[in-house]
Amino acid sequence: MNAPAAFGQRSLTHLDELEAESIEILREVVAETEKPVMLYSVGKDSAVMLHLARKAFFPAPPPFPLLHVDTTWKFRDMYALRDRVARESGMELIVHRNPEAERLGINPFDDGPVHTDMWKTEGLKQALDLHGFDAAFGGARRDEEKSRAKERIFSFRSASHRWDPRNQRPELWSLYNARKGPKETIRVFPMSNWTELDVWQYIYAEGVPIVPLYLAAPRPTVERDGLLLMVDDERFRLRDGEVPVERSIRFRTLGCYPLTGAVESDAATLPEVIREMLVVSTSERQGRAIDRDGGASMERKKQEGYF
Amino acid sequence: MATAFRSEDGADEARREVDAYIEASARKSLLRFITCGSVDDGKSTLIGRLLYDSRLLFEDQLAALESDSRRSGNVAEGLDLSLLVDGLAAEREQGITIDVAYRFFATGRRKFIVADTPGHEQYTRNMVTGASTADLAVILVDATKGVLTQTRRHSFLVHLLGIRNLVLAVNKMDLAGYDEAIFSSVVADYRRFAREAGIEGFTAIPMVGLTGDNVTSRSERMGWYDGPSLLEHLETVPAAPRALAAEPFRMAVQWVNRPSADFRGYAGRIASGRIRVGDEIAVLPAGRRSRVSRIVTFDGDLDQAKAGQSVTLTLADPVDCARGDLIAAPEGTPPAVQRIGATLVWMGEEALAPRRAYALKIGARTLNATVSRLRALVDVNSLDERPAATLALNDIGRVEIDLDRPIPGIPYAESRRLGGFILIDRLTHATVAAGLVEDFPLDSGRGDGAAEGAILWLAGDDRAERARRRAARSRAIGRTVAILDEATLAALNGDLGEADRGEKLRRVREVARLISGAGADVLIALDAAPEESRPGRRIEPGEPEEGEDIWVI
Repeated sequence: MNAPAAFGQRSLTHLDELEAESIEILREVVAETEKPVMLYSVGKDSAVMLHLARKAFFPAPPPFPLLHVDTTWKFRDMYALRDRVARESGMELIVHRNPEAERLGINPFDDGPVHTDMWKTEGLKQALDLHGFDAAFGGARRDEEKSRAKERIFSFRSASHRWDPRNQRPELWSLYNARKGPKETIRVFPMSNWTELDVWQYIYAEGVPIVPLYLAAPRPTVERDGLLLMVDDERFRLRDGEVPVERSIRFRTLGCYPLTGAVESDAATLPEVIREMLVVSTSERQGRAIDRDGGASMERKKQEGYF
Repeated sequence: MATAFRSEDGADEARREVDAYIEASARKSLLRFITCGSVDDGKSTLIGRLLYDSRLLFEDQLAALESDSRRSGNVAEGLDLSLLVDGLAAEREQGITIDVAYRFFATGRRKFIVADTPGHEQYTRNMVTGASTADLAVILVDATKGVLTQTRRHSFLVHLLGIRNLVLAVNKMDLAGYDEAIFSSVVADYRRFAREAGIEGFTAIPMVGLTGDNVTSRSERMGWYDGPSLLEHLETVPAAPRALAAEPFRMAVQWVNRPSADFRGYAGRIASGRIRVGDEIAVLPAGRRSRVSRIVTFDGDLDQAKAGQSVTLTLADPVDCARGDLIAAPEGTPPAVQRIGATLVWMGEEALAPRRAYALKIGARTLNATVSRLRALVDVNSLDERPAATLALNDIGRVEIDLDRPIPGIPYAESRRLGGFILIDRLTHATVAAGLVEDFPLDSGRGDGAAEGAILWLAGDDRAERARRRAARSRAIGRTVAILDEATLAALNGDLGEADRGEKLRRVREVARLISGAGADVLIALDAAPEESRPGRRIEPGEPEEGEDIWVI
């Protein structure tokens, strides 16, 4: 956090502590693993995580590349920010698209859950294996979802990328045991202890660049299956009778645009978004179709290797 | 244009409100606490209640809770609040908590991170994981069952891990008829145990997690209780029992930042104290001295930094400093030690193998370690200590550990960050034990003959008498001890004149090293402060502290 003159006199704020803890985790991974990579999904959590990494290793650039597991179905604004941020941070950007999914033309309209499975879960595993990364940073937080609340900061994956929630390593103090066998990998979540509100406050306090879709603006939308979807490009397949309607919307979470629900909002600036957060009554993952099939759905996906 | 103006006004107003909110939020402190206790004492329900009553549940989560409660809830009617925290499928099926769940909530006064930890004995290691980072522990007791083995075990463990804020939550008072006598009898039972366990104090609160009585608001059904509700207590209890920033500066070097030939920064998180540009520091365990020339951060250089911050320091001299070294204030530096006395909480499925080499991680340093002696196994129920040959899963033992390199000896009681360690199985890579540094026994050569004896240098007028007393005590526990005194000095140095004091002392030190190399302890009783040494505090357990004029060589 920016340090005012009287910094030495006051105690660390909640955000100061979270930042210092995340930086400690990032440095520990770089010191203890051979080939780390940062999963960069272009969302707000990724944005904060990248910002923390730049702080952790300053004045050096973060000593690892960014990996974007692309599905070809992200919002156009996300691709624009991704390319800009990669240029500005001086880090290498690796974009991986599952060639099999590309060949089969897997898409969210025809393929349902297979879309997420092939592009994201399989795509991620392929990318990690292809480049031989032994540790991958992710921006997940424990407040997002119940099975995440149980996950360690250093989370181990078998050689086949499986998570065993019943056999997690004890994680004591800030002593992270990063040792692992050949082909085993670690997912590391430096922002485990952040909440959604912490993330927004931090973005505001630090001026972290984020995708403009997080701020309300008039955008073409259709309402479908209880989700408010944005018609981001001509590939969006309208059903019979559907006509895009311009609504003032913003997103609380970003993914593949045909699967990501928006909320109606007039919060066009960060302070307005935070103010809405303070009175909000739905959690952010509600906008994701992926979390809704059954109570233990996220845990199952994670066991299979989803981030 | 009119709308644009109105929207800007709205944005300004939001900015002012959010600024005010962040300002207020910044003043909030953070309290990390854990809930623990025996199975079915209602831990998950209690946390669910805190989240529910703090209005931190979103509508969609509530809807999911309602449907989950119908599907697998263990409550006949209404909501099963425990389903909010039991996140793993296996937990929901079995209705128990397996792993630590971290939950977040805030009130107008404080932000909270709560670790809900499992009650089953087989998951004790997960409970210790939750306790290692907590400032406060809520120990749940079922009013109808009273203090159980797990209650004692968990209380002992959280106390062992340095948690001094304890809340005894006497839950399910509804099943005990809201009876004050039952509450008092549970509290009296617990007080007896606490006294034996060395627990200085605790706060007892009667409550009903299921209905929220005395959880988030005062209960009308227990008028005889006039203390705070649990939430009131959590909001007001001092979060940090110690002011870490007021203690000596210490920072373990996590990573050496060398982006170019002309920058070499030492990155780490400050464990205690504060540091200013220009301050003298020592790099431990070697003891090399330098000064801080810059405190580098992404947001610009700082004039000073303090405990809790992650920073990068540059030093005025090109001293040898690597990952794992400790940068510390030059006064009162901890001694370099190669043997530690420690308490272990065994977490491995496979029992402790004495003499086997484990990896030991402490601070940012990992070294090889062998447990050279098992002093005792602690029976958590009786608090008795008895001899044992090994430690199995969930056992607690007092041990001595030999290290392959020296480390700065910092007891856990002095620093949770620098005095706690983990043992790692070098084959399976599993974390097999949590360890707390207690003391620094002399390297007496007990066990394998390769270990060196200690060299203690005693000065002061009563040095001869103190050396005799100390030698007698050491011999009584089976050690070999040699005393080097004025007579030795005279015998060694018959060929030297009065002026050669430096050479005389060199010969004494050389002889001391030879003896110590053979495994015996050496007490040098000479009225001179040895060079290249530091005040030592390695006093054997049970031995009286003998004053400041002892040096460990």
